[in-house]
Amino acid sequence: MSTLQEIKSRGTVTIDVEACKGCELCIVACPPRVLEMSTAVNELGVRYPLLHPGCTGCAACLMVCPDFCFEVFRFDEPVVTVVEAPA
Amino acid sequence: MAAAGSSPAGPVLDTSAPPAGARKIADLKPDLLLTGDHNLCPGCGEPLAVRVWLEALQELGVAQDSILVLGIGCYTMFSATVDLDSVQALHGRAPSVATGVKRMRPDKVVLTLQGDGDMVNEGLQEVLHTAARGERVTCILLNNGVFGETGGHMTATSVIGQRTKSSLEGRDAEYHGYPILIGDLVARLQGAAYVARGSVHNAGAVARTKRMLRRAFETQLAGEGFSFVEVLTMCPTGWFIPTADGPDYLHDTLGEVHVMGELKVDGVVKTTEELHEENARKQREVESALERGGLDQ
Amino acid sequence: MSTTGVAAPTRRLMEGSEAIAEAAIAAGCRFFAGYPMTPFTELLETFARRLPEEGGVCINAESELEAVGMAWGALAAGARAATGSTGQGLSLMQESFSEITLAELPLVVFNMARSQGDYFQATRGGGHGDYRHIVLAPVDINEAVELTQLAFHLADRWRNPVLVYGDYLLAHVTESVLVEPLELPALPAKEWALDGTLGGSGRSRSISPLGLGKHGHEGPGIERHLRAIADKHTEIERAEQRVETAFTDDAETVVVAFGTPARFVRYAVQQLRADGEKVGFVRPISLWPFPSAAVAEACAGATAVATFELCTGQMIDDVRLAVLGAAPVVHLGGISTDGSGFGVGPLLDAEIVRDRILALHRDGPGAELPPLPLNERG
Repeated sequence: MSTLQEIKSRGTVTIDVEACKGCELCIVACPPRVLEMSTAVNELGVRYPLLHPGCTGCAACLMVCPDFCFEVFRFDEPVVTVVEAPA
Repeated sequence: MAAAGSSPAGPVLDTSAPPAGARKIADLKPDLLLTGDHNLCPGCGEPLAVRVWLEALQELGVAQDSILVLGIGCYTMFSATVDLDSVQALHGRAPSVATGVKRMRPDKVVLTLQGDGDMVNEGLQEVLHTAARGERVTCILLNNGVFGETGGHMTATSVIGQRTKSSLEGRDAEYHGYPILIGDLVARLQGAAYVARGSVHNAGAVARTKRMLRRAFETQLAGEGFSFVEVLTMCPTGWFIPTADGPDYLHDTLGEVHVMGELKVDGVVKTTEELHEENARKQREVESALERGGLDQ
Repeated sequence: MSTTGVAAPTRRLMEGSEAIAEAAIAAGCRFFAGYPMTPFTELLETFARRLPEEGGVCINAESELEAVGMAWGALAAGARAATGSTGQGLSLMQESFSEITLAELPLVVFNMARSQGDYFQATRGGGHGDYRHIVLAPVDINEAVELTQLAFHLADRWRNPVLVYGDYLLAHVTESVLVEPLELPALPAKEWALDGTLGGSGRSRSISPLGLGKHGHEGPGIERHLRAIADKHTEIERAEQRVETAFTDDAETVVVAFGTPARFVRYAVQQLRADGEKVGFVRPISLWPFPSAAVAEACAGATAVATFELCTGQMIDDVRLAVLGAAPVVHLGGISTDGSGFGVGPLLDAEIVRDRILALHRDGPGAELPPLPLNERG
């Protein structure tokens, strides 16, 4: 039987995936670890970050991105995403 | 929250456009950067320093009173994308040009942007004399321990053991000598009013570096003397490592020698050794607090 | 003590270095940086004393490299600025000279030379790449006062460095000098100079040797930028040649000389003419652009052409190019210095110069010249 989990996103980002050079610094820098590199590639031929629920809007990704790919937003009310919890 | 090594939980969200009802809290790029496009390598730390430097100038309201002098290195390309009046200098020779600019326009904020090869190799004399004279300019050093633009060669700040194209077996004290800790040399000079060493290996360090840059410009605006901020940056290309390993490598190698902290502020000089001890002590305090149950214990 | 930026126009005894500095100040120079070196040092000393009195700045830099760098910055900020040294010190500045020329900054440089052997350094440029400096060589202090002011004007007018070729004699002789401001045409404001005000506007300024410009208002590209500067140099070549000639219409022997030794040559030629000898005199005042056409014309009817230079012969190359085989060109000068190596040697003597010219004039290009005099200390 699966259980359900609520993930709160207090913030979110926009990502300019075509500007990304695939360095992955954002992945490591994100404190809630909600960024993951894609399998698809952009026009440069590199993979780029994808966002999962749980962003806190801390802007760490923006601060460590060398290519100015991020904009960071915060919600007045957290957005809740319901997901299946890991078994 | 995802466990290390596994995929984060939940679906991939749409990040192509700003969401309705959300407040933007951080801009794509600083206003003073004409475009975020550049040809620097993936994982380069220099744009991280450029961002907070430009944000600091903007926040201080001096964008229309600033004149930039550039050295020569990878960062030189920012002369075309930074929206400030700027003049290009020779390798290592931005401080003398900055001196001439400031002496003729003493009411402007005059700053240099230089690399470690530029400032500590070719231009060591220039920065020391400019500091000794107490010129009221701000020199910003982007230190990645290599001559990046020419492909990754040893500089005066490269650390023992660091492999570069001119020290393939690693910098050897017997053969190559020891790194120069430029911040310590500058801090000793009476004309230097504010000397600090920052880093961009993580968001916290970037934020701390921004405060140092602000403090340096405030020092210049107050006419207190020479100000200097060194910023350690990643150069995965020059270090022959994967881009994602850059921050840890920076923290564990260059960062262990060129230690983060304020070397000179309000007349108080600290050595790098003292900063090292301070950081180690703070780290122990944080770790023991975490063991006891949290940082707010 | 003047505070209006114009030296008080009274005639007084002045050493050459002092007169040159006063002329620079009269021209509006408000920044100077230099490093002590004989026989340039007194120029630095005078600027150090006088510039602060005029609201300017003089810095004794940590080396010649930083001196030219500081002048570079002052120029970029829109000031009239200069540096200087003797030939050895200028050797250190060469890379900066090239780049400042490509950045189109109006630098004025003073070479208080130890000999005339810096001619190649001045006119060919000791730096890298394709670049040219206007080079002016005063014959005496009064002309130096004029040419110094002209230097600042030409530098601004063309946005190109100008070098004033002086020497020990010029620096250290004391004469009665009146530093009168020259009347020169007005020049446009320096819109390109940096004052910070265009920061954040999207139109901020860039001063760079590659003429790069900024995103959204890029420069023409490196190749076009360099070619445009080369075209500018071609224009300068046409417009800024300066020369003095005397007794050349029917001269059989023409002697070419520049700078302070030319004063001795001119005197010797006048003496020889008074004795009925058909000798002529040419004095290039601009060493670059070299007054080739004037030299060629002056030598058109001559059977022998000579240069008199205090060195092994460098300007002689330009004279040979101008004359282009129409007559043989012989060097009457040579290395001559005092015991210190900085100053004036025994060759610079009106009678000795006269005798050497006469030997050539009487016996032709194959003439055996008297041996060069030796100074006592060697």
